[in-house]
Amino acid sequence: MAEQKASSGDGDATDTQWPLWEVFIQPKPGAPHEHCGSVHAVDAEQALLNARDVYARRNEGIHLWVVPTQWITGSTPEDVGPFFDPANDKAYRHPQFYKTPRGVKVY
Amino acid sequence: MPLSDFLLRLGDDRLINGHRLSEWCGHGPILEEDIALANISLDLVGQANLLLELAGKEEGQGRTADTLAYFREGTEFRNALIMELPRGDFAFTTTRQFLVSVFDALYLERLQNSKHSDLAGIAAKAFKEVRYHARHSADWMLKLGDGTAESHQRTQASVDELWRFTGEMFEMDALEIDLVEQGVAVDRTALREAWRAEVTRVFQAATLTVPDDGFMQRGGREGRHTEHLGHLLAEMQIVARSFPGAEW
Repeated sequence: MAEQKASSGDGDATDTQWPLWEVFIQPKPGAPHEHCGSVHAVDAEQALLNARDVYARRNEGIHLWVVPTQWITGSTPEDVGPFFDPANDKAYRHPQFYKTPRGVKVY
Repeated sequence: MPLSDFLLRLGDDRLINGHRLSEWCGHGPILEEDIALANISLDLVGQANLLLELAGKEEGQGRTADTLAYFREGTEFRNALIMELPRGDFAFTTTRQFLVSVFDALYLERLQNSKHSDLAGIAAKAFKEVRYHARHSADWMLKLGDGTAESHQRTQASVDELWRFTGEMFEMDALEIDLVEQGVAVDRTALREAWRAEVTRVFQAATLTVPDDGFMQRGGREGRHTEHLGHLLAEMQIVARSFPGAEW
């Protein structure tokens, strides 16, 4: 079952917080964007500026993404069994039976 | 010495502006903006540190950035008056930062070509920071000016109050004209049109009215300040003066 995360402010009249945005930062060229936290903002430009001020002021990266939290769909705790357990006994899914050829640098 | 006097102007503008912004620490409207204001404050104090250190070096009397920041009287400060006005409400602080940062970005962009290589280096570093300050405060001008009736009213009131302090940023005197001719400083009057165009562009989008240029306040460059600077200095300097030479 998928759960649509609501942004704060949705459906709760007592919550006066601005909408929530998730922040992803790319540490260096070619590296994947990693989730680093969230900020409140009323629009994308403000979310980007707040993300810069909160998460990118100590040389953490070179590129930022901000995504409205409400557009992120997460798996639920009940999904843990069906989603992740079947991976446990299928070692053949990992490419660990190959010999690394000489001359290839292993990272 | 003319060059160190000029560097004091640049350094004091940033030190006093930075200190005013630091007063928001812990009082920002939301956590993210609290951090943003402190970031901008630290950028400006960092720039002031470099500029005052250079001013002391050029002066050649052994004064450091700390000596200049903490052991000068109000009449010895050379910042423009707009920097020392009390922080007011968030609209006032934002409006001041916008007006100052737009000017600053134009000024520093050109100061990067200064023939004084240390100064050009400081300008290059500061220019990047100030472009962000201008973008950040412009975004807030849009949100406050084109926000609620109250935010619009407060922001327009701040614009009207601050406008008469903007003229001083463009003032040139014999000292700076001479330094412009030497290729060290930037002609402030030449930035007026570009500044006005950018301010007008943002104000229009923010449904704010650009005031007419009337009487302009001045005097900061000669050490004639508002009553507010003394109070600011009292707070900024008290620790250094109570415990001279203290380190932590």
